[in-house]
Order: sequence, then C-alpha cells, then structure tokens
Amino acid sequence: MLSAPQTTRRSGRPGPPGPSGRSTAGAARAGRSGTGRSGTGRPGAGRSGAGRSGRIAFALLTAPILIGLGVFKYVAIGWSFLLSLSDARGTIAPTRWVGLDNYRALLSDGTFRGSLTQILWFTAFIVPVTFAASLGLALLVHRIRRGRAVLRTVFLIPAAVSYVAASLLWKMCLFNGLPGGIANTLGGWFGMEPVPWLQTTTPPLYWIVLVTLRLWLQVGFYMVLFLAGLQSIPKELYEAAALDGATGLRLLRRITLPMLRGTSVAVLMLLFIAAFQAFDEFYNLFNSGLSGTGGAPVQTPLGYLYNTAMGSQDYGMGSAGAFVLTALIVGVTLIQGRFTGFGRSEG
Amino acid sequence: MKTAARLSAALGLGARGLLVGLLTTAFLTPFYLMLRGSLMDARGITSPHWTWWPSTAHFENFTALFDDPTLSMGRALGNSTVIALITAPVSTLLASAAGYAFARIPVRGRGVLLALVVATLMIPGSVTFVPTFVVVGSLGGVNTLWGIIAPGLFNPFAVLLFRNFYLQFPAEIEEAGRLDGLGWFGLYRRIALPNSGAMLASLGALAFIDSWNSFLWPLVIGQDPSAWTAQIALSTFLTSQTINLPGLFAGAVVTIVPLVVMFLVAQRYIVAGIATSGLKG
Repeated sequence: MLSAPQTTRRSGRPGPPGPSGRSTAGAARAGRSGTGRSGTGRPGAGRSGAGRSGRIAFALLTAPILIGLGVFKYVAIGWSFLLSLSDARGTIAPTRWVGLDNYRALLSDGTFRGSLTQILWFTAFIVPVTFAASLGLALLVHRIRRGRAVLRTVFLIPAAVSYVAASLLWKMCLFNGLPGGIANTLGGWFGMEPVPWLQTTTPPLYWIVLVTLRLWLQVGFYMVLFLAGLQSIPKELYEAAALDGATGLRLLRRITLPMLRGTSVAVLMLLFIAAFQAFDEFYNLFNSGLSGTGGAPVQTPLGYLYNTAMGSQDYGMGSAGAFVLTALIVGVTLIQGRFTGFGRSEG
Repeated sequence: MKTAARLSAALGLGARGLLVGLLTTAFLTPFYLMLRGSLMDARGITSPHWTWWPSTAHFENFTALFDDPTLSMGRALGNSTVIALITAPVSTLLASAAGYAFARIPVRGRGVLLALVVATLMIPGSVTFVPTFVVVGSLGGVNTLWGIIAPGLFNPFAVLLFRNFYLQFPAEIEEAGRLDGLGWFGLYRRIALPNSGAMLASLGALAFIDSWNSFLWPLVIGQDPSAWTAQIALSTFLTSQTINLPGLFAGAVVTIVPLVVMFLVAQRYIVAGIATSGLKG
C-alpha cells in the first residue's frame, strides 16, 4: 500500500489543482476503506456496474480495438472461410460454391505437402538448437560480473535486424560461394574447397545457412527471457544446495533447470510458432522473382500461400491454406501446452 | 590443494573469456562485413583475395542508392519511417486505453468482450495475410500506406499486457483524482496514462521494431514501387537482372543502421519489453 505523501505527489501532478488537504484526505480515506482494485467505490456508481458515464467511457476507450479486431480478424476470417469453400480465382467476391474442393485440392498437391514436410524439418532443427543456444548464452552472461550489460547488448543487437537484411548478408556475404567469401575463406584456412552454399541440395548445405541465420537473429531475444527467469531464482536455493555439497552440473540440473520450467515452456511455444511462420528468409534466400516462379529448392507453407494467393490470384485455395495452417499451429500449440503442462513433476 | 583450485578457477575463467571473445566476434562479424561491403567497389567484393578494409572508401555507393530513379530507396525509407512512426505510438496508445477500461471500468459484458480480444491471440499473425488482404483489398487499401498500417494498429497482446499492468496499479492514486471530480475517461487520461511511461516506452519500442522489419504484409499489400517499404526495396536488390553488390550492402546499411541506433538508445525499454511480453505469449 502506498503512503499518503506519495499519493499526494502523484495525483497532484496531472489533475487540476485542488486544495492539497483534499487529496490527502482522499488517500487516507482510500487507505482506510480499502476498496481494492475494482474501482467500484466511485461516488455515484451503482453497486453492480459503472453507471451510464462508465459505460460511455468504456465504449470510448475500447471501441478502436474492438472495431479494429472485429474488421481485421473476425470479418476477415469469416469472409475467408466463405472464400475457402468457393471458387474464387482472380476475385475476392465468392462466386461459385465448391464445398471442400479447395481443401481436397490443397492436400493432394505435392507442393503443399512438400512445404509442410519442409517446415517440420526446419522446426525440428531450429527449435532445439535455438533453445539450447539461448539457454547457454543466458547462463554464460548471467555468471559474468563485469561487462554483463555490454555482452547482453552484443547478443541482442541482431534482434534489431530484419530477416530481409540478414538474408541478404548471409546470401551475398557470409555464404556467397565466392572464394573470397567469409565462409569459404575460413574453410580455405582449413583446407576446404570453396562451396556453393545455396546451390547444393545434397548434402543440404543450405540448411547451415538457414539455421545460422535464424540463430543469429533470434538467440538474443530468447536469451533475455532466460535471463529474466534466472534473475527470479532465489539465491538462498543455491546457498542451501552448496552447503549440501552440490556443485556445477548438479546445481544446474537440480535447481536452475527446474526453476526455469515456466520460462522454458513459454520459450518452446514461442519458438514453435515462430518456426511455423517462417517466410522472410526462405523467400529472400531462395526465390529469385517477385512472381514466386523461381526454382526454389525449399518452400514454406506461407511461401506456398503467398504464391497461390498473390501469384496465381487463387483466393479460395489461399484461404483454405490459411485455415489448414492455422489449425496446424493451434493444434501443435495446444498439444504442446498439454504435454508440458502435465509433464514430469518438478525436479 | 589451494593452488590447484585457484589454477583450475583461473583456467575456467580463461576458457570462459575465450568463449566470450569468440562469440562476440561471431555475433558482430555480419555488421562488420556489411559495412566493409558497402564501402568497396564490385570488383573488390568479388575478388578471390580477402581484404580487411577497402583502401579507398566508396561513399558513392550510398549516393547512387538515392539517385537511382528505378529503385526509389529514399521514398521507401520515407514510407517505412512514416509507417513505424504512426504504428508504434498509435497501437500502443490504443492498447493502453482498452487495457485500462478492461482492468478498471466494471461494465456488464466486459468479460465476453475481453474473451473476444484474447481469442484473436490464438491465430498466429502472418498466417492470416490472405484474409486480411481480402478485407483491406476490398476497402481499397492496396498500394496505400494506410493499407500497410491499419491491420497492425490493433494488438490484442498489448491490450492484455496493459490490462495486467492496470490491474496492479494502486487504486489509491486514482482515488484523489476521483474526489477532484474526474470521470473514468479523465482518470485514464490524467492519472493512469501519465503513470504508464515505462510500459508505453517498452511496448512502443517493440512495435516500432516489428513495424520497421515486417516483410510479408508490405510485400502483399504494397505491390507498386510507390508503396514499397525499405525491406521490400532491399529485397528487390536480389530480383533485379544484374545484382549490384555494393548497392546491396549500402542498402542493407541504410535499413539497418537507423534501427540499430534506435535500439541502442531505447535498449533499456526493449529489454524490459521482451522480458515482460515474451513470457506471457
């Protein structure tokens, strides 16, 4: 509970200048009556609601968000659902009802299924790697006393870089396949021949390009989440464990990891969702034309949708794809939530 | 015994120092390579011999970027700036207003409306670009700046974060304003909003970054070069017939540097924003 002088100072700043005694009295009254958070203690307000002026204020304050989400989410999704059941090529006004034909065509399209396989592989790579790397970095940064802030900045700065810019750097600079490129120069020091990184599918060297790019961009972001989690672990736990003779890895396994459980679940979920929505770097690394007709060795479901809806102007198929992909992401998220929620017990 | 322990501690410290040094180098290398490339000429970049830094800096790579009439990098940067400068404050303010109302004003049906807002969180952002395109397109938003901006102004996640923030906001602070005759709207505008500085700054900074870096939606809706954002203009460097490498790197510099500078200035808020907003996702 705040002390009265502080209340006076804070409320005295913005409001119209009233006699200071009144403010103090008000604070004292609030402190005494202890009407908590709901704010129903307002003079003149009915017991069950905020009254007419309350309803007006509520409407004014929430209307922009409610209307915006209504139009750009609810109307959009409803409309798109109709489109997904219609033949809507080159038009966003549904013309002919085709039932589930779009969904059937989509699921029997090898390109779409290939894009799903692609994203599953990508997720299987990127999620554990990013998870481990960001946790490792957080542990490293957390233990360093001097220069911690500088180090955190170094790892976090890439988060300010767009996927587009990073893709161009990776494609034209780090892994450009030229003998003078940095990857090939470094490899040359160890006697490696220059490699055309983004043109070789066996072995899939482009995988290294994809994973390192996303790692560089994302790892600092998740590291900050882990750092916040690490800071909330009470020091006494470590002291008690140290008295029992526990050291190093045991402390990590018995205290740090269990205490980071909430953070870990959140990070995993965010990583999954982010991986399933991959588009920018695939587009910029592999697509050579805005029409999307470039011979991309790899394509994500969003890339497929982009080509279908924007390239072929097939909004019916595009809408169906949006629903399939949404169902997939929501499904995975729910399953993961269940799994980690009912997983093994603490410690 | 003691010396052995001290020795192993020193070794551990040395190993950790080495690791930190390697990681720092690895994380900063792309920035260095970008700057290096932006100051070289095409021949220098493609040369098989490694050079650390060009002997003569070719600053004309940057002026060429803005002189090229077909690319309109200047216009794209202007578009991106306008979009981010509108999106960040407006989306944050709208979320704060709604968050306050949901936290404080007891109105019938509030729970249902909040559930409708939260339900939109279930749908991952970029997956809905087809439905959003259908709506924005039918409203005439294709190739317009408002068409790029509008869908990004309504952030249900920020509403939820602001609601949690205002739920924990001490009611006593508002009590005095109430006695001074402020209504709910006045309480929000004169007391709650001025006391939400840190939240506004952190969520605003994150919204700015997201908006500046977004690619898929501007690509979908801004097909005409007049509506290109900096990211789209940068992306077209790879799709033009001849790849202009020095221009590419100079382009990367002009799209990255403004944001990195803003990032370093607002870092405190950005870190706080990630730490609070990331966890509740």
